[in-house]
Amino acid sequence: MSHSFLSIEGLTRKFPGKDGETVVFEDVNFSIEKGEFVCIIGHSGCGKSTILNVLAGLDTPTAGNIIMDGKEVLGPSLDRGVVFQNYSLLPWLTALENVVFGVRARFPQWDKKQVAEHSTKFLEMVGLGSSINKKPSELSGGMRQRVSIARAFATSPKLLLLDEPFGALDALTRGIIQDELIKIWSETHQTVFMITHDVDEAILLADRILLMTNGPHARVAESVKIGIERPRNRGSIIEDPAYYKIRNYLVNFLVNRSGELSGAENATGLPPQVVDPVSLEASAAPQEEIPEQAQAEHPSSAVKAAI
Amino acid sequence: MASLNMRATLVSLLILVVCLGLWEALNQPPEATEAMSEFELLMGGADDEARVPPPSDVLKHAWAELSNPFYDAGPNDKGIGIQLAYSLFRVLTGYFAAALIAIPLGFVVGMSPLMYKALNPFIQVLRPISPLAWMPLALFIIKDSEQSAIFVIFICSIWPMLINTAFGVANVREDWVRVAKTHELGPLKTAFQVILPAAAPTILTGMRISIGIAWLVIVAAEMLVGGTGIGYYVWNEWNNLDLNSVIFSILMIGVVGMALDLILGRVEKLVQYEE
Repeated sequence: MSHSFLSIEGLTRKFPGKDGETVVFEDVNFSIEKGEFVCIIGHSGCGKSTILNVLAGLDTPTAGNIIMDGKEVLGPSLDRGVVFQNYSLLPWLTALENVVFGVRARFPQWDKKQVAEHSTKFLEMVGLGSSINKKPSELSGGMRQRVSIARAFATSPKLLLLDEPFGALDALTRGIIQDELIKIWSETHQTVFMITHDVDEAILLADRILLMTNGPHARVAESVKIGIERPRNRGSIIEDPAYYKIRNYLVNFLVNRSGELSGAENATGLPPQVVDPVSLEASAAPQEEIPEQAQAEHPSSAVKAAI
Repeated sequence: MASLNMRATLVSLLILVVCLGLWEALNQPPEATEAMSEFELLMGGADDEARVPPPSDVLKHAWAELSNPFYDAGPNDKGIGIQLAYSLFRVLTGYFAAALIAIPLGFVVGMSPLMYKALNPFIQVLRPISPLAWMPLALFIIKDSEQSAIFVIFICSIWPMLINTAFGVANVREDWVRVAKTHELGPLKTAFQVILPAAAPTILTGMRISIGIAWLVIVAAEMLVGGTGIGYYVWNEWNNLDLNSVIFSILMIGVVGMALDLILGRVEKLVQYEE
């Protein structure tokens, strides 16, 4: 475990409350390899965002530690770029200036021309070449999030943290930007840790999906391998025989087992169980049992229907 | 149908004409009921009662004053331009001195909850004090009427700027501060590249309120300290019973105040951003 690029050991975060402290998550263990794209899925309130904030260095864990590239993570750093759900662009700067802001902070030794060229290149990668001089207020939500993604990739962090980057976008825009994210990721091979609520999005993008149990006392219970060949494509991925096996497995976890496995008494203190839904198929696979309506009957669950 | 602006201008002009017309009509000298005595003729007519001059007289006087605004015929007789220049100099000196202290201090108060709590009682007590109440103390300590007037401007313009800066800085969106943090910006860079532009519209609003108050206060301050300035001019012309000059200078105070506000309004627009 300690050989991994990023390893999270015994991570716990408690918040003091009126009647005692709330344990958001407890004893979270997992690791990420270099160049891996990892998604984390769990219900609202399980502390996904808190884990991401701790990884970003914006929040401090109550216990446990994070080792990245042999060094402990202790505060915010340019080694870890963050894309927030609400874009977090500086509204008084243009799209280009927002990316330049990041690039200048990352490469202070570069001259103006080099910074501008590098920034423009990344804006073009996300398809914003013609809007680089617009202010965020003149851009749509999807375009703003592209600027934010371009800023994060342009600073080439060792680890990129995406906090539900497409959560506020409509389904069509989301699809287009997912494609752009795949494109830019396959060119840079960033290590990515991404929070999402969308099972299909996670299968499309991730090498591995971490599943969290419900909070409080949430933990990362399973690590699901996504063996679908790359390059993947939104149109053809649904024809892959593995796709629905994985999808059903994930939905079943979210609908049924994330609740069953939650609570302090189920804590094992062990790293998440590694699962490959495709090879699991024959042996008493729980995924066969969920009826199709299971998703519709659980509107409160964070599972989003397929586009 | 003419545009809204056109119609508004027409209505404004109408109101102006009606008001000036009424004023003019109600302020004619009374008809002499009997033939004037030689003495009365000698003294300039039957105008035995002091009256507010009609607008035609004021306009004539204004024209004369404005056609030669910078003449200087001794301490008691200076052009309106010179008087306004003195006042503007005092206002701007006190105002910029206040900005130099209020904006950095506002940053400290806005960024540190400790300093906010610690300084808030002082601000709350000092802020409601009429700036003119400081005058005797200022005169005693500074021993110079000119500088005392500037101090009064300083003390009255500092509060809106200080409070608005602190408010603007304290309310910068957490997201933007996080952007600064994740980009490893140091405290100075964060202050100048993120917090200052984010809080600039609020700070400018404070500066605009301050310049308005400073211009209100300078008139009263100069009435007290005397010597030069538009406030002194109004009071001096009152003592001379020259109501034409009094009304004219009242109008000029309004025009200059409006100009100052317009300038700050322009600057405010420059730093405004849309979320």
